[in-house]
Amino acid sequence: MKITEKKALKRESIIQTALQLFSLKGFHKTTIPDIAEKLQMSVGNLYNYFSSKDILAKEIIKYTSEVLGNEIKTVNMLDVSSEEKIKKIVELYFRMAEENPERIEYFLRVYLANREVFHDGCEGMTCVSGFVTEIMIFFDDGVSSGELRDQDFFSAFGLFMGYLGGMVFLNGEEMLTKDIGEYTDDISRNIYAALKA
Amino acid sequence: MTSQTSYKPKLLWLQSITCNGNTHSFLNHPDLASILSHFELVYHPVLETPFDIEEMARGELECDILILEGSFREEGFTRGRVEVSKILEAYAKKAEHIISAGTCATFGGIFKEYDPENISGFCFNVEERTERYEMYASKLISLPGCPIHPKWLSYVLLMMLKDKHIPIDELHRPQELYGITVHTGCARNEYFEWKIDTKGFGLKEGCLFYEQGCQGPYTRGSCNKILWNDTSSKTIVGTPCFGCTEPSFPKTALFSTKTNMGIPATMPLGVPRRAYLTATGIAKSFKIKRLEERIITYDS
Repeated sequence: MKITEKKALKRESIIQTALQLFSLKGFHKTTIPDIAEKLQMSVGNLYNYFSSKDILAKEIIKYTSEVLGNEIKTVNMLDVSSEEKIKKIVELYFRMAEENPERIEYFLRVYLANREVFHDGCEGMTCVSGFVTEIMIFFDDGVSSGELRDQDFFSAFGLFMGYLGGMVFLNGEEMLTKDIGEYTDDISRNIYAALKA
Repeated sequence: MTSQTSYKPKLLWLQSITCNGNTHSFLNHPDLASILSHFELVYHPVLETPFDIEEMARGELECDILILEGSFREEGFTRGRVEVSKILEAYAKKAEHIISAGTCATFGGIFKEYDPENISGFCFNVEERTERYEMYASKLISLPGCPIHPKWLSYVLLMMLKDKHIPIDELHRPQELYGITVHTGCARNEYFEWKIDTKGFGLKEGCLFYEQGCQGPYTRGSCNKILWNDTSSKTIVGTPCFGCTEPSFPKTALFSTKTNMGIPATMPLGVPRRAYLTATGIAKSFKIKRLEERIITYDS
């Protein structure tokens, strides 16, 4: 394996580990030595990959946004109705919340809760464009086909993603009475009813 | 065409269903007299020529370069009491070069709206080739525009005069003039880059693409490279580009941008939607104070 490939793999393993620790313990309570220890690498070597904890945090949000964006992209590429796409997006979002909860938790509990960390370098959509772009494409396709109602982007975006984020948050707080996946049908129906033309 | 140095190519300007817009636009050329001095103008609808409309309509004049203005129907439109389609056929066969001047002559344009089934451009019906295409394609230069810029026509005429090859695209538009979009050279490009809308028509600041209907990023033409009246352009003064050079012209709702949940329904020419939305989302995340402000603050 080439050195560049090895470095890329190492970089991703740092992101994965830091993602788990930040999501579990919080951004401020997690230190670079904590991450290095879990990876069994030296602190100095970790700094060769990411020169600060803030920079690592920004790279993680870009990474999670790309992962989620790529999942939604596969849905966008399907030749199905917007109603069906909504259900598939809800399914994949809740599945991610169950299988890789740290990815959603990181967005909700680190990215949104520590804006001062992301203020410089992750302005607006800069670090979440991978995911937001796919949502834009989903809306654009839906309105173009006449299935969804034309409205302000953020009123639709907030309704869709705010709703899903809220449910995952409630799930993380263990307040839901059922498995989150069991809410998929009702929530998909509610979102479609709110967005349809 | 320059084999005999003293020979002046014979120019014939034939109008069909037209508003005279291209005729008048060409009259605004600052070097009109100089350009025409290289040609023998055998017939023109408004300039003084040796032959009148009835003599022209007989189809018997000599003609090296045929300039067509206006859209066409096979029957029911006459000039000099002769069906234009017959006059057209007579001169199109003789001519060494044919220039369709304006969007009507090229694609059908505004007059096609009156009778879409029967009215078309000379060799194109919107983008589809008409029956005439096979016969005349080798001679054809398309100059769409409503109207054409006078210097687009003089560029083509002078290239023909010098026997220079004119590279064209699949719709026979000269690439020198239509290989770029109207967006190229627009004085508002910095606002487009940072996705800053204008606050109204006629203002110096802001881009007209996001709300005011500007079609510059997906319209082929050199309006912002070869300025109108050597001075300005629609988009520079704060009016949206209407896309008048495109086969799809005219569209409706020209002063508002069709959007789907705030996303422009038509992307800049050749730009993938995913790439555009990614770049847009990032650019919009930054506030550039200088571009948010008025360039000049007036007292009153």
